[in-house]
Amino acid sequence: MTLAATLPTPRAPSLETEGMSKIFGPLVALDDVSISVKAGSFHALLGENGAGKSTLVKCIMGFYRADKGRVRLNGAEVSVASPRDARSLGIGMVYQQFTLVPCLTAAENLVISRADAPAIIDWKREREKLAAFMDRMPFRVPLDKRVSALSAGEKQKLEILKLLYLEQRFLILDEPTSVLTPGEADEMLGLLGDMARAGEVTVLMISHKFREVKAFCDSFTVLRRGQLTGSGDAQGATVAEMSAMMIGDTEIRERAARAPRNDSQTVLELASLYADDAEGRPAIHALNLKVKAGEIVGIAGVSGNGQSALVEVLSGQRPLTDGRIFIHAKPFEPKRADFDRFKVFGLPEEPLKNAAVPRMSVAENIAFRSYDKPPITSLGWWLSPGPMRKKAEDLIARYRVKTTSPDSPIEALSGGNIQRAILARELSGDVDVLIVANPCFGLDFASVAEIRTQIMEQRNKGAAVLLVSEDLDEVLELSDRVAVMSGGSVTYVAPIAETDRATIGTYMAGH
Amino acid sequence: MTGAELFIVLFAMIGGAIRVSTPFMFVALGECLTEKSGRINLGHEGNLVLGAMVAYAVSFTTGSPWLGVLAAGGAGLILGAMHGWICALPRVNDIAVGIAFMSFGTGLAFFFGKPFIQPSAPRLEAIGLGDWTGNPAIAQALQVNPLFFVGVALAVFLSWAFANTRWGLILRMTGDSAASARAMGVSIDLVRLLATAAGGFLAGIGGAFLSLYYPGSWNEGLSSGQGLMAVALVIFARWDPIRCVWAALLFGAAGALGPSLQSIGISQGYYFFNAAPYILTLFIMIASARSKSAASDAPGELSIVK
Repeated sequence: MTLAATLPTPRAPSLETEGMSKIFGPLVALDDVSISVKAGSFHALLGENGAGKSTLVKCIMGFYRADKGRVRLNGAEVSVASPRDARSLGIGMVYQQFTLVPCLTAAENLVISRADAPAIIDWKREREKLAAFMDRMPFRVPLDKRVSALSAGEKQKLEILKLLYLEQRFLILDEPTSVLTPGEADEMLGLLGDMARAGEVTVLMISHKFREVKAFCDSFTVLRRGQLTGSGDAQGATVAEMSAMMIGDTEIRERAARAPRNDSQTVLELASLYADDAEGRPAIHALNLKVKAGEIVGIAGVSGNGQSALVEVLSGQRPLTDGRIFIHAKPFEPKRADFDRFKVFGLPEEPLKNAAVPRMSVAENIAFRSYDKPPITSLGWWLSPGPMRKKAEDLIARYRVKTTSPDSPIEALSGGNIQRAILARELSGDVDVLIVANPCFGLDFASVAEIRTQIMEQRNKGAAVLLVSEDLDEVLELSDRVAVMSGGSVTYVAPIAETDRATIGTYMAGH
Repeated sequence: MTGAELFIVLFAMIGGAIRVSTPFMFVALGECLTEKSGRINLGHEGNLVLGAMVAYAVSFTTGSPWLGVLAAGGAGLILGAMHGWICALPRVNDIAVGIAFMSFGTGLAFFFGKPFIQPSAPRLEAIGLGDWTGNPAIAQALQVNPLFFVGVALAVFLSWAFANTRWGLILRMTGDSAASARAMGVSIDLVRLLATAAGGFLAGIGGAFLSLYYPGSWNEGLSSGQGLMAVALVIFARWDPIRCVWAALLFGAAGALGPSLQSIGISQGYYFFNAAPYILTLFIMIASARSKSAASDAPGELSIVK
């Protein structure tokens, strides 16, 4: 009997790390971390941004070489020097960015991902094999569509299918549900959980969402500042215990105080907006929404349902094909003059890309809304750097922007400080309308609390706030009314007290 | 214009389209192959002119025009490989390098080509597809060079290979998403080097056609920008080899308009009709720049669409 014949069909492996350490210059990204993921478990890896979760999985995957420490697979020590080694050991990872090739079809993506892809592909045979493979799989993805035409949820499923197709039985998922509706996320995690319990796969999932961890995972590990701060049974531990391990001694942040307001005056009105995306397909379709003074309207939705297009329309980055925007019942054109006249301000997503010029200085970036007005400009054209710098210094101090100098390029700042600098520019004056998109994406706990407080303060002072966020928790925390965008229009609006996560989820899924 | 004259113009147009289109086709297929890998080579004009010179010189010295064709391909291959290698260096812009190679290739050809302007080299033989008709005008029009068929076969082959071979899928993957290719352990620089070199080979052969068949001699004014127009042609063909053939035929027909009208004695506006391919290029660029669906077919890594 040959060795191959005695080998069982691939089963879920177990994986341990022992004393993993990784140092980048002065930063200890990972300090003596030992985790243990049992065969067939659904294990959550928790931690704030910068806690070392990515570093740990990148060491396991062979992207980084750990300075110290070992990886054991099924109890035996293995050496993973490159992602290729990881792949041949059956360790696969789904990244936050998709690694599928957009111009290839789903079937082509699967076949070419195989190390032994034949030089000439016999599509008839491959298709039969793919069909047989798909029959055993819990999820369905259209195989003949180009990946660029698939929805985010389908892409995410295809990424996981790809790993299973390659016989990878240890799956590392990096925040896999961030692009999915709550319904899709539950379906996918549920199916993966079933596969894990059946002993077909072992899953290590990086997550921020306690709800998912409690609902689907059986064990967890928490990292904080590169160190292991806890691990255990995910069903036994409470959310409070897990979040205490995540954020440590710092106080769990308080929710921003909401002052009661009863304004009835509509400030921002979006009347039947239409806009196209870059390829000319409709991105926004008959969108109607009203925002009153002293109110935050939060727009929830699965990414790619027109939210970014809406923000781009409101900030003048994308033309409207039809429809009108009104502020205080007067027509509003998203141009500089109208932004000033109607006191419209904004915090777009990815501020470095959408709200700043990366290589210009912090002072110059802070002056974008005021450089052409006194005191910076005199006679209508003469720009004096003195007042500009002074104003920047004031705002840097007031908003606690950490920068070496007002003259350093804004791209040198950390994400939270860029966001603070933009906040300083946009919120230091009178605000009537505030448009905010994913303001806390990628920021640490402290910055998140601060930025949400700032937004709430503007609402309490009477601004009409439109908040677009892919983080449903953020929408639920800040909003007075919740709206859901699906397929380019607003399909659901309800006051926060009259709705819940499940209802919002069904509308997000487009039902 | 009588019916018979119209008939002759039509046949002359078809024959002319086939003749004029062949170099377009080779350069376009070469450019298509290069661009599918995610790089753009604007230097194909240089490959074309150098290929023409080398083909003529080799044919003259060895007496074998087919050896000349091969040598032209070789010269193009070297230029393409150099382009591919230089572009793999950090922070090098492929468009700027391409423009440099355009000048480099033509300059090299002019420098070494001086002694070959006068002598007459053996030319490629055509296949007479219209000889059986007994009509000399039709027979003349349907003289088709074998390279045309090679080009068409190549387009069919490339189109098949892009979808049905591992190499084809890896090439398309490299051109569309370098990150995914890298994640799979594909050496992007190597794929692009090979694609650019192979593309350069095809562009060189296009040059051989110019000097060894039509117009059929070597001089410094031989190419009239076919190498550059092929870039527009590839965009028009939306990076599809089969559509490249049709686009080349369209450009060829436009180029044949002037000469075929002249063949029946209409010489009014001769220069205007000769400019037809350039005008066509202009309109095609405007039309395809406005087409939003064309943008979705472009390889994602191409510097002109990024």
